[in-house]
Amino acid sequence: MLLYVFRRLLTAIPTLFVIVTLAFFLIRVAPGGPFNQERGLSPVIKANLEAQFGLNDPLWQQYLNYLNNLLHGNFGPSYNMPDFTVGELFAKGLPISIQLGTSALTLALLVGSILGVIAALNQNKTADYGVIALATAGSTIPTFVIAPIIQLVFGLTWKMLPIGGWGDGALVNKVGPVLTLALPQIAIVARLMRGSMIESLRSHHIRTARALGLSEWSVVVKHALRGALLPIISYAGPAAAALLTGSIIVETIFAIPGVGRYFVDAALNRDYTLVMGTVVVIALFTIVFNLIVDLLYAVVDPRVRYD
Amino acid sequence: MTDMAIAAPVAGRSFWGDAWARLKSNKAAMVSLFYLAFMAIVCVVGPSFVPHEYTTIYADYVRTPPSLSAYPKADMIESALRDAVKRMRVDIDEWHQDGDRVYVTVNSSKPVDERSTRYLDRSDTFHDTRIETKSDDGLKMTMSASVKQQYFLFGTDNTGRDLLARTLMAGRISMAIGLLAGIVAVAIGVIYGSVAGFTGGKTDEVMMRIVDVLYSLPFIFFVIMLVVFFGRNFVLMFLAVGAVLWLDMARIVRGQALSLRRQEYVQAAEALGVKRSGILQRHIVPNLLGVVVIYMTLLVPQVIILESFLSFLGLGVQEPMTSWGVLISTGAKNIGTANWLLLFPAVFLVSTLFALNFVGDGLRDALDPKDR
Repeated sequence: MLLYVFRRLLTAIPTLFVIVTLAFFLIRVAPGGPFNQERGLSPVIKANLEAQFGLNDPLWQQYLNYLNNLLHGNFGPSYNMPDFTVGELFAKGLPISIQLGTSALTLALLVGSILGVIAALNQNKTADYGVIALATAGSTIPTFVIAPIIQLVFGLTWKMLPIGGWGDGALVNKVGPVLTLALPQIAIVARLMRGSMIESLRSHHIRTARALGLSEWSVVVKHALRGALLPIISYAGPAAAALLTGSIIVETIFAIPGVGRYFVDAALNRDYTLVMGTVVVIALFTIVFNLIVDLLYAVVDPRVRYD
Repeated sequence: MTDMAIAAPVAGRSFWGDAWARLKSNKAAMVSLFYLAFMAIVCVVGPSFVPHEYTTIYADYVRTPPSLSAYPKADMIESALRDAVKRMRVDIDEWHQDGDRVYVTVNSSKPVDERSTRYLDRSDTFHDTRIETKSDDGLKMTMSASVKQQYFLFGTDNTGRDLLARTLMAGRISMAIGLLAGIVAVAIGVIYGSVAGFTGGKTDEVMMRIVDVLYSLPFIFFVIMLVVFFGRNFVLMFLAVGAVLWLDMARIVRGQALSLRRQEYVQAAEALGVKRSGILQRHIVPNLLGVVVIYMTLLVPQVIILESFLSFLGLGVQEPMTSWGVLISTGAKNIGTANWLLLFPAVFLVSTLFALNFVGDGLRDALDPKDR
């Protein structure tokens, strides 16, 4: 098991390397630079700045420098927020995005699974149609429509929640963003769960369990649910990576100081190091969560073994 | 029995005839199909029937709430009148309304210039201004103007542009972009995937590795890079977005092509000496077409959402041109004061996405050969 984890982490290194290399050269090919502002800097200052950050070196040398720094855990300075290093920016924003993401993911997995099971147990009845309708709505309505509507209804009309802001992580400030993040996920999880649960309920071991006279609760929760969990787990991996690294839409609309904004802002400002930092963080999250998914598989399904 | 079958062959339903029959029996899909057709017609033809241009700015009607009755409302006439008279640099003595005409008497310490009536004409509320009477010393003048009746069914936006015209125009752009990028993605995906799938071997291996590598980069990274490269030229950009979205299509088509090659009926046709083009025509294309059509209907809403997302961030369609994403973005910023700016575009966008999804699901049920 440990050996397997070790091997998987080893194979992640070339993947990460390819991603970092591609991203590095792609953002460098883009026209413009970090110090090309609308009101241009004087050429002397610009040249000095570029010299200070090593942007005048040949590209391959900058690339090797970056790789070297990265291996030492140094993401470099941010060009557009000169008071911070990229590492500091992530140390500041990532906990916030992770908090929101984890809450949303937990909520989505819980509510989505329960809804999916209810729908599967009442296949082609009113409850089932209700869940399907909700799932269709949740996966069709874009986040940037849901978020302002939540603000409008809960914030402005009923005055239950603040319109936005982080408020040092107060619970009321999290409700809106978490709901917005969770709703589409709830829809997807419910739909997945419904499908896999229907299949699981039809399988032989469930028929056997029923024939043995086990209670309905035991049949559904202990036996059917376990088999139905696999597709949910494999969905939850990439979803977790995406949710925990922040959503630009949700963080912009609710004015949350997370990391969701970094990517777009940095790419537009040619803040090379911040772009690279974001790419690396997202890739790391994806790799780690895919690994967790594979390990969870072994826990849920005894047929899967990593020896 | 066999003789009879030969004598009177049963008219079999074709693949597409069969699919159409299945689709027709799916109520949600049919309603959605009609709704989409309706939406397309309204957005393409509609703007020429709306009395307002989507770019015309009505300075007197900034952020006017939607209403089924005509503007101006009673209290708006007075403020518009006082505004116009103020611009003439004269004082208002008295004003009253008679039918659809407004009579206003003004005075000034200097003789009133007759040309100043143009200030009334210039306002969005009045037109056809006439001078009724003028005192001999020219210090006092009575003018009359008729009130312009205007309808703003969806209200107006922050700069006083008619939201109905803008929403319809936005629909045109959003749907056109969805189709355009969808077609580009499908074309690239089908060609790439079928080449990989039919050639097989090393070529397939290399082509699919390339797809894997492209997959591993965050999708949003690509899109942002395209924005950076193509700037604000939205036609080019969405061709490019289409060029990014082909990855799924390529995988699906490749898988389909690989499995089709090994089907018994294809092998049988090969053994019977049917030419390659014949096999392609008879077996491969119809089997691939179903998947492609399904994927395309699911891709179009995806592109529309993507476009809205980019426009929401201010990276997509640029003013004064507009799209549903642009309108929703403005709406989201003004929910406190003018919620109709969010509601109308959101309803249009969401209902279209719903309809596209239902049509996609319906097509999947109708075309999926596994289901037969």
